[in-house]
Amino acid sequence: MADSRDEPLVLGIETSCDETGVGIVRGTTLLADAVASSVDEHARFGGVVPEVASRAHLEAMVPTIDRALKEAGVSARDLDGIAVTAGPGLAGALLVGVSAAKAYAYALGKPLYGVNHLASHICVDQLEHGALPEPTMALLVSGGHSSLLLSTDITSDVRPLGATIDDAAGEAFDKIARVLNLGFPGGPVIDRYAREGDPDAIAFPRGLTGPRDPAYDFSFSGLKTSVARWIEAKRAAGEEVPVRDVAASFQEAVVDVLTRKAVRACKDEGVDHLMIGGGVAANTRLRAMAQERCEAAGIRLRVPRPKLCTDNGAMVAALGAEMVARNRAASSWDLSADSSLPVTDPHVPGTDHSHDHVHEVSKENLYS
Amino acid sequence: MLLLALDTATPAVTVALHDGTDVIASSSQVDARRHGELLLPAVDRVLAEAGLELDAVTGIVVGIGPGPYTGLRVGLMTADTFGLALGIPVHGLCTLDGLAYAADIEKGPFVVATDARRKEVYWARYADSRTRLTDPAVDRPADIADRVAGLPAVGAGALLYPETFPRAHEPEHVSAAALAALAAEKLAAGEELPAPRPLYLRRPDAQVPKNYKVVTPK
Ligand SMILES: [Zn+2]
Repeated sequence: MADSRDEPLVLGIETSCDETGVGIVRGTTLLADAVASSVDEHARFGGVVPEVASRAHLEAMVPTIDRALKEAGVSARDLDGIAVTAGPGLAGALLVGVSAAKAYAYALGKPLYGVNHLASHICVDQLEHGALPEPTMALLVSGGHSSLLLSTDITSDVRPLGATIDDAAGEAFDKIARVLNLGFPGGPVIDRYAREGDPDAIAFPRGLTGPRDPAYDFSFSGLKTSVARWIEAKRAAGEEVPVRDVAASFQEAVVDVLTRKAVRACKDEGVDHLMIGGGVAANTRLRAMAQERCEAAGIRLRVPRPKLCTDNGAMVAALGAEMVARNRAASSWDLSADSSLPVTDPHVPGTDHSHDHVHEVSKENLYS
Repeated sequence: MLLLALDTATPAVTVALHDGTDVIASSSQVDARRHGELLLPAVDRVLAEAGLELDAVTGIVVGIGPGPYTGLRVGLMTADTFGLALGIPVHGLCTLDGLAYAADIEKGPFVVATDARRKEVYWARYADSRTRLTDPAVDRPADIADRVAGLPAVGAGALLYPETFPRAHEPEHVSAAALAALAAEKLAAGEELPAPRPLYLRRPDAQVPKNYKVVTPK
């Protein structure tokens, strides 16, 4: 497009877990990324408490929308659409965002796009590195998901190649941090300790890497058990636990498997670039090892800045903008939150009837 | 004045438009599991029935519960966001007050009780349809038997526990029409309505995990 002003201006709302995110993008340009997190309220529970998250979303939504509009310097009336995470995620938390998005879209007379949280994690990279290559290989790793996905068109075709069969990668970080008494969330603190430790100090197992194991699936439960057992043995023997070495060796095992499988998937599928997203993509060792291995394999690595890797509204807006740009059908007013929305559904299109209806409702704004 | 009232604090998804004098359109559907899906289409239908657009609305009234949280938040979030988008005031009203108003009892006392699930009820005592005597509370019916003994009672919570509420009768659920009429009356009288903040009454279910599970076999 000649003028970026022609690109769709979309506001995105994300509430699938503990972040209330509202982002605004114009096409592939990030204009605002406002996030209110309830992570501190969950810390003492050692994990996200769904009801606490839902209550926080309701409180934070309106101020966060306001903040995003101010940050972007745009008027709500100028938006071309409202996008929202329809799933997957925590049911009650998703419902708060979906309710807000529906009411906002309806009141402003704008089309509504219920989109997939995982596809949004991939699409956010457009805000950092420009249009997604097609196809794109994506490794999504967070406290809620660990999957390898292949997409030829982020608005219509996302194929799951593999996923964790037990814990998500981020969950493993949380659990090991708890065993080491390092608090919640575990990712950042393990990363910090690991930088001062020896990644080869302890040989922890690499799950599902045997010749007969599924090539692209992950398992972190055995690793978690093995690390906990190792620590307990030290404690039982009255020895001090070398926290830095344990953190580094554990992290190395996780990152080794993730990058090894992702690079293998790229080679097998003939894809020459890899995108990594999700909260664990903020991990410095994952970034470094992925960079090394991709370079060695001739693969271009795309990892957004950490703030765009964790849950946020900009990623939802990015996918919403792509839906508008590619003329995908809007969602209907009876859009529901779907806690187990399949990764193969990048968005939740409505019926033709509801699509007409969007135009009917929005007639004033279309011509004003 | 054009008030849009909505309530999702009971199994009913209920919406009404009130012009300051009368309810001009309303919709009520009972489906405890689909508040999120049903509310916006209901708003759309009620507006269409009145031949109006949402931007004609001058104020929002929303039931603030108490009620099951997931459903309750659908109404509150919708009301808040309408308020933001349209730049109009959003008022709260206790859902039990709406039920009391709909019960149309001039001389009490009587009780309003809704289903709080987990074998409990949300309830309050009223002197008449416009006058609440106690703060809304959540209790097991058997635990409040002496405080409600002999009183007439309305609401699904009363109908559900006849041992505690032998004189239970309709209405079962709140209607936005009643909520809107009550709000219009209060606003006309210059009364301040509560802020649109949820009445949860219970702390969130959140167990602090015990010390991590030891995995080394003994
Ligand atoms: Zn996520």
